[in-house]
Amino acid sequence: MELFNNLILGFSVALTFQNLWFCFIGCFLGTLIGVLPGIGPLATIAMLLPITFNVSPTSALIMLAGIYYGAQYGGSTTAILVNLPGETAAVVTCFDGYQMARQGRAGPALGIAAIGSFFAGTVCTMLIALFGPPLAEMALKFGAPEYFSLMLMGLVTAAVLAHGDMAKSLAMTALGLLLGVVGTDVNSGMARYSFGFPELTDGIGFVVVAVGVFAVGEIISNLGDKEERQVFTSKVKNLWPSLADLKTSFFPIVRGTAIGAFFGVLPGTGPAIASFSSYMVEKKVSKHPEMFGKGAIEGVAGPESANNADAQCKFIPTLTLGIPASAVMALMLGALTIQGIAPGPQVMTQKPDLFWGLIASMWIGNLMLVLLNLPLIGLWVSLLKVPYRLLFPAIMAFSCIGIYSINNSSFEIYLTAIFGVIGFLWLRLECPAAPLLLGFVLGPLMEENLRRALLISRGDPTVFFTRPISLGFMIVTGLVILFMGLPMIKKRRGELTG
Amino acid sequence: MTPANELMNNKRFLSGLMFLVIGAVSIYIAQDYPMGSALRMGPGYFPNVLAGIMILFGIYELVLGAMKPDPVKGNWSIRALVILPLAAVIFGVLMEYAGFIPALIALVFASAAASHEFKFLEVLISAIVLTISSVGLFIYGLGLPYPLIHGM
Repeated sequence: MELFNNLILGFSVALTFQNLWFCFIGCFLGTLIGVLPGIGPLATIAMLLPITFNVSPTSALIMLAGIYYGAQYGGSTTAILVNLPGETAAVVTCFDGYQMARQGRAGPALGIAAIGSFFAGTVCTMLIALFGPPLAEMALKFGAPEYFSLMLMGLVTAAVLAHGDMAKSLAMTALGLLLGVVGTDVNSGMARYSFGFPELTDGIGFVVVAVGVFAVGEIISNLGDKEERQVFTSKVKNLWPSLADLKTSFFPIVRGTAIGAFFGVLPGTGPAIASFSSYMVEKKVSKHPEMFGKGAIEGVAGPESANNADAQCKFIPTLTLGIPASAVMALMLGALTIQGIAPGPQVMTQKPDLFWGLIASMWIGNLMLVLLNLPLIGLWVSLLKVPYRLLFPAIMAFSCIGIYSINNSSFEIYLTAIFGVIGFLWLRLECPAAPLLLGFVLGPLMEENLRRALLISRGDPTVFFTRPISLGFMIVTGLVILFMGLPMIKKRRGELTG
Repeated sequence: MTPANELMNNKRFLSGLMFLVIGAVSIYIAQDYPMGSALRMGPGYFPNVLAGIMILFGIYELVLGAMKPDPVKGNWSIRALVILPLAAVIFGVLMEYAGFIPALIALVFASAAASHEFKFLEVLISAIVLTISSVGLFIYGLGLPYPLIHGM
């Protein structure tokens, strides 16, 4: 009954004219930017963050969530029509989605992606409503050792499951944590790694790193490559998949949702893992595995559902524990902090309208995406035809305005330029930036909790292994490293992510 | 390719070198930060541990890279690498001293110059369109408090 009341509260917040409008704006802008090739959800949100500054916290979060789904869906559209993934999760969609487009079936591919995402979104909204409150209650009992172990688990899984070389990912995580240290130490008041710049005593802004690496760095890299884009546009007519398509896709969508939800609640794992796993599963259970990679609709339906389920379930650890479960979620929490709300399990009880309003609006946002994309697909397609040389100065303009508007400071623009160059070098050296970003956000939180945990235990590090919940997190962390270090799995992991 | 040249184009070796150098520099800077004890961690504790971890991974990558070729892939556009960050810097400077409109126009022109397909008329039109829409959206729509042109 409580669940029911909570959902009613949520919908009463989400269905106000103002919030519906922000949800719509978020979905629309998110898709608009997300469709642009080479821009993933993270850069999209980072760029659009400033437009949420002047609205109420609830509306701001609703708009950001809309931007998130919109960007993700926009990325799938690009993957299907141009074979250019905006982020690693969309790589899977390219396999069969692009093939379908080449065969003149771009419409059904886009349609099934929308339907699968909507189904996954609906299920995950229910999951959050069901499991959010008990988890938050449990989290209220967490002490510093539990938080530290949990964050360690998230960071290690994120690094280990990231694309490519494991040692590099772990080193990038450490580098991220170290970047998070920059600024004034809360306990001693000492300025660390500020190199004499007063601006650096407040730390490096998260958006600066995200935009520098994921927008500026990407553009530098793209400009070095020759532009080869072939858009399958003339053939996008009928978006509705046939009845046979729907029948074939039904179980892949259900399985994809389950896989995505599973990976979604684990902090650290990105949507790429969920969509790759779903693709592998579908290929395995399929009666005609040879069709995969040649335009099998299951290869679009499963992974697309999985990555949406993952994206949405990432809100569970984020909202209940106050720990960002992915780099995108870190931006969400950053927005919450800018709005003056401290993230954590107490948000649910202290700000029920914000929490439940956001959850209800997730569902509405997913519905809106389906409705929005059916009539607007023509607009997205024409956007894809705009040459890159016209697009990237616009991306630069919005990124720079966005960054400047956070603190009204040019210093952050200069920092972004530096991170752009560094981000480009990381791209070429294949050092993954996503684990770095996660480490960067968790850095200060981790240090603080480590410090507190050791203070409680009088300097005894075994405290992380003697408290049951903390021990549980530590065991999982150990298992993840152990399993991924095994040569056999290492090889499979190479197939999966390589 | 000589062995030294090969290493300078080896992804693993270069990444390892980067981690090693950043780790070492971090420890060098953190010399002045008190370490404290495990019971009362000083400001130097956490960064030193992290830098140590980075150095270990750095050495691991360095050694693995030196053992096996791992060439850097993808093209480099030195032009983009220099001009694009410079465009952002120009925007930052002009925002302080010249105002929103000149900063934005300069940014669009400078960024566009990072591509080798620069066409003056095309860039001019997109600069005008972008400036008008940004002024509408950010200054009038969202009410960001920046002077359009300084002194006006």
